[in-house]
Parts: sequence; structure tokens; C-alpha cells
Amino acid sequence: MAEPTGEPTTTDLGLRERLAPYRAVLASRVRSQRSYRTSFAMDLGSSLLIGLVELAEVAVLFTAVDAIGGLDLAAMLLVFGLADLAFSLADMCFGHCDDLPTHIRAGTLEVFYLRPQPLLAQLVTSDVQLRRLARAAVALVALGAGLVVNDVALTPTTVALLVVALVSGVAITAALFVTAAGLQFFLVNGAEMTNAFVYGGRYASTQPASVWGRPLLVVFGLVFPVAFAGYLPVVTLLDVPGPAGVPVWAGWLAPVAAVWAWLVAMLAWRTGVRHYTGAGG
Amino acid sequence: MIIETSGLRRTFRVREGLTRRTVVAVDDLSLRVEGGEAVGYIGANGAGKSTTIKMLTGILVPTAGTVRTCGLDPVPDRRRLARQVGVVFGQRSQLWWDLPTGESFDLLAAIHHLSPADAAARRAELVERLELGEFLGTPVRQLSLGQRMRAEVAAALLHRPRLVILDEPTIGLDVLSKQRLREFLVGERRDHGTTLLLTTHDMGDVERLCDRVVLVDRGRTVHDGDLAALSRTVGAQRVLTVDLAEPAPSLDLPDGATHLGEEGHGLRHRIGFDAERVTAAALLAAVSATAEVLDLSIEEPDVEDVVRRVYASRR
Repeated sequence: MAEPTGEPTTTDLGLRERLAPYRAVLASRVRSQRSYRTSFAMDLGSSLLIGLVELAEVAVLFTAVDAIGGLDLAAMLLVFGLADLAFSLADMCFGHCDDLPTHIRAGTLEVFYLRPQPLLAQLVTSDVQLRRLARAAVALVALGAGLVVNDVALTPTTVALLVVALVSGVAITAALFVTAAGLQFFLVNGAEMTNAFVYGGRYASTQPASVWGRPLLVVFGLVFPVAFAGYLPVVTLLDVPGPAGVPVWAGWLAPVAAVWAWLVAMLAWRTGVRHYTGAGG
Repeated sequence: MIIETSGLRRTFRVREGLTRRTVVAVDDLSLRVEGGEAVGYIGANGAGKSTTIKMLTGILVPTAGTVRTCGLDPVPDRRRLARQVGVVFGQRSQLWWDLPTGESFDLLAAIHHLSPADAAARRAELVERLELGEFLGTPVRQLSLGQRMRAEVAAALLHRPRLVILDEPTIGLDVLSKQRLREFLVGERRDHGTTLLLTTHDMGDVERLCDRVVLVDRGRTVHDGDLAALSRTVGAQRVLTVDLAEPAPSLDLPDGATHLGEEGHGLRHRIGFDAERVTAAALLAAVSATAEVLDLSIEEPDVEDVVRRVYASRR
């Protein structure tokens, strides 16, 4: 996944040395979460519950209909599993980017400025939310079940597609968090707005894009391409018809969508930082 | 030259209802600070102190003018500058609140790429001088304010910065904690030649730590020199307090001295005097002529008062 380390300040430092600060902080975050065992267990439990509720939501929909957007329950299990696994992993590593308004208000963002690392890399590595692993586990089980009930043969091609889709999906959702963080420089009280955008994106990624109206299709298919985090790779994997005008092999384009999402994210972030330092838009 | 600014200016656009207004936070600031100096940067709230610090450290881009800190252009060279500057914010923490204090220092050592030997030596030095040993294992959130501020100072100084900027470092501290912190900073400067730039409302900080005072008002420098010169300029009063053997209802005071008050039914008197017009010795002689003096103390001008006078004279 794209590690936004930016340009090196000290060319005399090797990669290992340059990553040492992030490793140290992340290791301490992990230790700290493990040391508050009861609290961690409860967090893990609630995260698990959320994952199960979201999965149940998909199942409940299918008690009323047989297919949504051309996908049956079995296929939807795959979409959900793939997209939610990507989202949970991205959320674990990037989810705390939406703490940015807190950092801005409390002045702790300025503390990042006083350290010799890129701001975004510091923000991203300031925490890792291990409790999200519980939700990732739910998604992984859903994905596994989806592969079984759809009778997907694990050939080198399908495995490659799944890996490409998952890695790209994580990158796309991570980019969504970074984009939202960049926007929050302008909307210090806009956490609700950006939440709607991030979690709306997550929800959209677990739905078949073929049921969306045109505006949604533009937003989540092109601008913030979450359709590539679940739905389109599944269309490719199962070889079923996708949205009108979209070729069945579109799922293979997920890495392109990921690169695009990161370009948007870096633009939003840099614009936000420039706004914050007052350098103008 | 550690700090060099020329014509530094920063404005903010502030929204007022539907219209926007430009507020000048820093206006035409030209400041030169040599290595090893200790400068008190003082002024009322909103005088532009924090904005200046942010421009010096690369957090804010100047609207106009130039700024060099440790020979670097702060915004583009922020990351290189961070290795040479340490900042203590009295109001915000750079420690990890849920970690033991000592572990925060380990993380900062990694962040600044200190070698293990260097980090250990510096840490030992700071732990000893700031008396941190007793609470290194305590999570930061459980520290008292005095302990936390000492830990914050250690955190800012761990990487041996050439320039240390302290923004209200003694705010809220008790007398003893303030004293300890000031003594440490004096020693740090003496032993390592560290340059200090200090903003404070506590004039005790300025009196004990700084040999130069820069006073800003509405973004502009109105005084740059030593504290005594500032006091002379605005004619601030020194205060003589005398304890008498017998109560005296009133005292015969020379010109240039004013009676400020009495306590203990006339046993203790406070007398303000203008050092340009009457010397402390002459004043004491005059008081001794009417009453027997047992004890005395002389207070230097309260610099809050000096600042107020400067502001009053400018408006």
C-alpha cells in the first residue's frame, strides 16, 4: 500500500532508520492497547458486533428480494466480504485521520509540525486501532463463505484478482480517509460531513453499483472509486453482467482506481495543509 | 544568527457575519537574535506573540517579509529545522498522555533519530537536572502540572536543540516549580549555549531568565533592549517596603516618592519611588529620620505594570 512518507529529509538515513520513528510510535500504541485489557476486549466485542450487524443487514435485505442489481445473496456475500475487509483494514490504519479536527482545535497538530517527519505520515502512524481486527474477521469469514457458496475455483487468476482487489480496496478506502482529513482543514467542525462521506463511501462499496442513480455512480464510481473495492472485482470474478456500458473485466482496473484515489487524496491533503499554514489555496 | 526576521508581517482574514475583515497579527517585525541570547518576547494577549512563534517554526507562512531560523527558511525546511528547534507550549502537550513518562522520551529519541548512546546520556542529564526520576514510570495523565511541565521541557530539549522557544512555560505553576524550571533553563543555557526565546505573562521569568526584552504591541515592536532600560523609559516605580520598630501613622517622604499603603497599624509601609528622582539610599534616610527601620525590601518594577504603562502611553 502507498506509504505516504514524502521526500526524505536526510539522504544519509537508510529506509530502516527512516521508518524507525513510525515503528516506535506504532509499537507503543499496540502495547498501550494491550495493557488496558478489559477496555480492549470490550472494544473488540463492540467492533465484532458492528461487523455482524452490517452483515445481517445484507442478509435481511435478501429475505425480501432474490437479487439486487443483478447479484444474488451469494454474490452479495462476496461484495460485502471483500469491501468490508478492505474498509476494516484501512480503518484500522487510517481511521484516526478523522481525529484531525481534534488535533487542530487542541493545538496538537502543531506538535506534529515540530517533529522532523511529514505531517500525514505522523498523523497516520499516530495510532493503530487493533479493535477493527474483529470487524475484519467478520468480513474475512463472509468473504470465505462467499467463495465457497459461489463455487469459485481458486486458480492463479482468481487468487490474483482477489489480492489485487483487496490491496486496491484498502488503498482506495485509506485514500478516502485522507481526502476527508484534507477537507477537514477547511471544515474544522465538519466531522459530521466528512463522516457521512467516509461511511457513506463504505456503505456504497458494499452495494452493487448497478442500482445507483447516475449522481451516485459518478461520485462513488469515478471521483471516489469505492465501486472498485468490492462490486466491480466481484462482477469480474463471477463473470456476471455489471452496470450498463461497463465491461466485465473492469474489476482488474482496481489498481488504477487506487492510484487515482491517492492522487485525489494527496491533492486534498496538500491543499488542506497549505490552507492551514496560510500559504493560500 | 539564530533568528533573523525582516519586515515580517502576518495578517488573517476574519469572517464577521457576511463580510471579511483583515486583522494584522504581526506587523513589520525585524528581529535578530544571536546564538546564546535569552530573549523575553512579551506583550498583551493578541499582541502577535504566538503568530510570530508559528512563523519562526514553519507552522505559518508569513504574509510578507522574510524569516530565517537557524539559517533555514522555516516552512520549506520545516523538517530540517525541527531537528534544531525545541518548543515548549505551556498549554499543550507533546507527550503521550497514556504512556509512562519515560516511554515518551524513548519515542522522541526515535523520532529525532538519536543514537542509543546519545539518547541515554541526554536523558540521564535531563532526568537528573529536572528531577524527573521519581515519576518516569508514571503515565503522563497522572502527573501534577509541575511534573508535567518539567517533563515537557525535557521532551523539547531531548534532541539538544540550538534554539528553545518557550510559550508561557510557567503558566499555572507554583512558586517552587517555577523556580526549579528557571534554574534549569539558566543552567542549560550556561552549559550548552542554548538560545532561549520566551513568551510569558510572568515577569519573574523575564527578570530571572532574559537579558533582553522585546515588547510587542498590536504586532509591532515597541521596545528592544534590557529590562531596566524598559522600566526607565516608562518611569516605572520601584517599591520600598519597610518594617518599623514602632507604629508610625505617617512618614515624611521626599519628592519623587509616594506612599502606597500600610499594614499592621503603621508597622509596615510600602513606598513607591522613581529611581531617577530619588535614590533608595536617600529615601531610606528620610524614612529613618522619622522612625526606626528594622527591616526592608526593594521590589523591582512589576513588568506587567511596565507593559501596561507602555500600552497606555501609546493609545
